[in-house]
Amino acid sequence: MTKRDYDLMGESGRRAVETGLAAAEWYHTDIPRKQMKELMQRTDGPALRDTAIWLGVLALSAAGGIWFWGTWWCVPFFFVYGTLYGSSGDSRWHEAGHGTAFRTRWMNDVVYQIGSFMIMRNPVTWRWSHARHHTDTVIVGRDPEIAVMRPPDLLRVVLNFVGILDVWHYMIDLSRNSAGILSDAEKSFIPEQERYKVVRVARIHLAIYAATVALALWMGSWLPLMIIGLPRMYGAWHGILTGLLQHGGLADNVTDHRLNSRTVLMNPISRFIYWNMNYHVEHHMFPMVPYHALPRLHALIKHDLPAPNPSMWHGYREMVPAFLRQLRNEDYFLKRELPPTAKPYRDEFHDLTIQAAE
Amino acid sequence: MAEWIEACGADEIDEEDVVRFDHEGRTFAIYRSPDDEYFATDGLCTHEQVHLADGLVMDEIIECPKHNGRFNYKTGEAKGAPVCVNLKTYPTRVEAGRVLIQIG
Repeated sequence: MTKRDYDLMGESGRRAVETGLAAAEWYHTDIPRKQMKELMQRTDGPALRDTAIWLGVLALSAAGGIWFWGTWWCVPFFFVYGTLYGSSGDSRWHEAGHGTAFRTRWMNDVVYQIGSFMIMRNPVTWRWSHARHHTDTVIVGRDPEIAVMRPPDLLRVVLNFVGILDVWHYMIDLSRNSAGILSDAEKSFIPEQERYKVVRVARIHLAIYAATVALALWMGSWLPLMIIGLPRMYGAWHGILTGLLQHGGLADNVTDHRLNSRTVLMNPISRFIYWNMNYHVEHHMFPMVPYHALPRLHALIKHDLPAPNPSMWHGYREMVPAFLRQLRNEDYFLKRELPPTAKPYRDEFHDLTIQAAE
Repeated sequence: MAEWIEACGADEIDEEDVVRFDHEGRTFAIYRSPDDEYFATDGLCTHEQVHLADGLVMDEIIECPKHNGRFNYKTGEAKGAPVCVNLKTYPTRVEAGRVLIQIG
């Protein structure tokens, strides 16, 4: 059994660099340039519409929660508010971070900053962290964003449905960065000339949280924290529910997104909250394609991809048993079957069938 | 000694697009701007070794297909994270319907 070292400064990462697994060339489905250009085209319209709905419903649900505060009627309002804050904040952070949501750059930047704050991520650190995630997707010791490591820490997974560990770690990082300190792991993927920005933005976030706590103390009420901060916890559930499916239970240390990423068909509400990141193989293979074009990209290349999971329920029914098996054998993973129309995995990926149990 | 090298036909690049040109072990990106001018830069992103010719040209910006790093392809200027190092640019000219770039 292979022992995995997820520390970015650790042995697995060093081995990935030595073997050429890090910063490798990944498989891409062939798409004619003309069609690719059409898919990559930027426009402000869809994201302006979705952002107006997102911020509008956030404002209305916050108003309802405040109005009914102290009664049970506030619960459904905070449920909506929290989900759009603690889960949609994640997808908006993600898509605006790629710079693909809007054509207009400053719109991406504004939504990125809002999403980063909501989801409690340092926008500078996480921009670099996410770049690494796309370079070395689920490469052990290289990818800083592996949600479920092997063997899976299922308690951690469950606790993160209410953001407990993520928020705890964020607060530690926020305090450390605000004091001007970056960890060795952060320094491993953030260039020196960008590091002062990490500290600056950490201090801004810290100041906002300090002001919110001060207001809550002054009012003698949890209400300010229900609007800022706590929704990252009580609204995280949808982000975790969908996010775990991205790579959970699939292969690691491969250079073909068809093997380590999962596309799951979802209902329109979840797709709105998640900004179409259910098309995750497609997103990783072609990160330049905006979220609103991913269904078209999926239709274009599905002949070359494993069949998508038809529902979240279907995805969980294969992923959870895989997690449980990885508790006993961390080399176990789900091997994605390709349709006959697909280009086969390269030889080194075929060898994975030896590792994959049954 | 800088020399002019024929890279491609002028009509082989769509408006607001880019093509790849390889020469003696080096790779370049040749651009045609929306106002029908031609430009050339190194072919690989300065962030990681990714061919810019697979990226998206918008106005005077080339965006890397891997991490969405953005450069001004006319000046080579890196426009922000995750690209921090400018792109090398090369003079171009069009002669008899062919795009030439000057490399040294």
